[in-house]
Amino acid sequence: MTDAEILETLTRILRDLLGDPDIVLTAATTRPEVPRWDSFAYVTFIVTAEVEYGIKFNLADVESFETVGDIVRQIQQLKS
Amino acid sequence: MDWLPPARDFRARLTAASAGTEITALADLAKADLSFLEIIQLDAAATRAAGQATPGFETTRLGVLAASTVDHLLPAIRVAGLRHGIRIETRAANYGQYRQELLDPGSSIHAFRPDTVLLSLVAREFVGAVPIDASAAEASRAVEAAVADLRGLWRQARDGLGATVIQQSFLNSEPPLFGGLDAAVPGAPGRLIDRLNAALADAALEDGVLWLDVARASARDGLDTWYDGVRWLQAKMAIAMQAAPLYGEFTARLIAAARGKSRKCLVLDLDNTLWGGVIGDDGLDGIVIGEGSGVGEAHLALQRYAKQLRARGVILAVCSKNNLDIAEAAFRDHPEMLLRRGDFAAFVANWTDKATNLETIARELNIGLDSLVFVDDNPVEREQVRDRLPMVAVPELPKDPAHYVRCIAEAGYFEAITFTREDLARADQYAANLERAEMREAAGGMDGFLEQLAMSVEFGPVSPLNRARVTQLVNKTNQFNTTTIRRAEAEIETLSADPGAVLLQFRLVDKFGDNGIVSVMIATLAGDALTLESWVMSCRVFGRQLEDEAMNILVEAAEARGARVILADFLPTPKNAVVSDLYARLGFASEATPDLPEGASRWSLRLADYAPRPTRISRKELVND
Repeated sequence: MTDAEILETLTRILRDLLGDPDIVLTAATTRPEVPRWDSFAYVTFIVTAEVEYGIKFNLADVESFETVGDIVRQIQQLKS
Repeated sequence: MDWLPPARDFRARLTAASAGTEITALADLAKADLSFLEIIQLDAAATRAAGQATPGFETTRLGVLAASTVDHLLPAIRVAGLRHGIRIETRAANYGQYRQELLDPGSSIHAFRPDTVLLSLVAREFVGAVPIDASAAEASRAVEAAVADLRGLWRQARDGLGATVIQQSFLNSEPPLFGGLDAAVPGAPGRLIDRLNAALADAALEDGVLWLDVARASARDGLDTWYDGVRWLQAKMAIAMQAAPLYGEFTARLIAAARGKSRKCLVLDLDNTLWGGVIGDDGLDGIVIGEGSGVGEAHLALQRYAKQLRARGVILAVCSKNNLDIAEAAFRDHPEMLLRRGDFAAFVANWTDKATNLETIARELNIGLDSLVFVDDNPVEREQVRDRLPMVAVPELPKDPAHYVRCIAEAGYFEAITFTREDLARADQYAANLERAEMREAAGGMDGFLEQLAMSVEFGPVSPLNRARVTQLVNKTNQFNTTTIRRAEAEIETLSADPGAVLLQFRLVDKFGDNGIVSVMIATLAGDALTLESWVMSCRVFGRQLEDEAMNILVEAAEARGARVILADFLPTPKNAVVSDLYARLGFASEATPDLPEGASRWSLRLADYAPRPTRISRKELVND
């Protein structure tokens, strides 16, 4: 599984979640850059990603992710 | 929610349904087993489609008072509402502010005017201060105090907001402290929560509060499904996100049940459903049923569960592709069969398609198709019925008969909010209806039939003894219901004590048995006019002249109160066409009234002009003690 594939999946999840097909995520994207990606949408996003990949993030992870790239890296680590 | 079929082509169907002009397609999508993300998408689409027509849908407002984050529960509740034919508007009070929101008449929840209030609280607030070395008496006092506190909140919600109350049970997420001994030490946190739940459930039944039992669900699914420690710490979600779809379903189920929308009849297939094998091919001694094999016991377990449902008032029916005589013989001649032919109020075995047969069954029993649950092991039959009759509930029966009962039970089709004496007798009454129908044929004319029935009506005011049943009838009746105004038990209680109101309940007895309380009238007096606000009658007794005798009785009651005229409205719904000409038939005059909704009509009856209607029903009046 490449970083690009994970990024693509995360993009699809966030598009569905916010109902916005124009969202484009990159490794550098941060939450405030995406309109309506509020704290509730963030929790939902995290849980959906966990279900998608069959993983559980640590509390410290979800409180410290800054960029989408951080999330991709953590998914890679939990899957390895 | 594995009783729901999988959501195929979700994305394409969502797009198509969003573009439609009616909510129906979106609601059909809500009947699939959706992921939480799909629920969010469907909910957003339904919100955007607020302008869509909602034929046959009811609308209701739900206020959620919570001590934790509930943002994830609200979309799940709204989507589950669509599944049950109800548009639920939701508003959550600021989290943790539920007391202020209830008490302050200027609060946002008061402004919202909820029909229902859901209390989703956290146990620690109520019994968290009890010390670990508390005596049994101290622990009991703490539980009693918590129950009294919560009852106070219920009263606030009911009296201050006029709302029906749903209390969620407390999730017991306390870790073991002593171990097994937790169950016995009075001050152990886990034991306190269990005791609080048990005491609160009793209080809820007593106060007419609906009980949303997440504690029981977590005992079944596992605490980790219902409680997610990370999400509690991260976002103060006391209910896990993955449990939100089921939480929404439980909530909508209770709201639907309170509005009389629970299912009434379990329709069962025979081959490979009520027994293993195909009786037409394998013969009476070839089918698998009963003790001796695991599979035989699995089918027997379904029969036992159906029999239990029947005992609590659910009607049973058979819908099978079989020769009628072979199918009936199985129930008569097979020694292991737990269900008997007489347990079924309708029995259809032929080679016609199942959708058509289900229509026949609904007609025979005089209930709506949306009261039916159809259980069939064959996915092709299920698909055909879902396609032709989307209002019939069709559980996605698992392949293994070992899981049949669980699937039907967890689907909660027959969710009840009360259990009365009438429920116990209902299945028998439907069976007796078949005997009455046979007698009608034998007696020749209708008049001879009614004469032979030897009917008598017992009537009187609403009292604490019959209030639960009266409320149930008012809220569950859809067909013979002139205005479909629903009322909480507390409202009925208030009205029955109001000297300006006339409440009458009618019980019909005949030679086949007691039909129970089958009709209720609610009227209010203003000046010399008595307004009949609600009149409901059970569909079991249509066409038995009870409507005539009940009107004779109401006219006498009106005269006794000094009224000179009776006024009544007819408000149409998709289901109450049977009473559209009721008042005309009873001699009322139509009143031209411009401000009524489309299809509605207003009627008046001058008492001086009324000639009592002849009936074959004798009377017995009951008075309140």
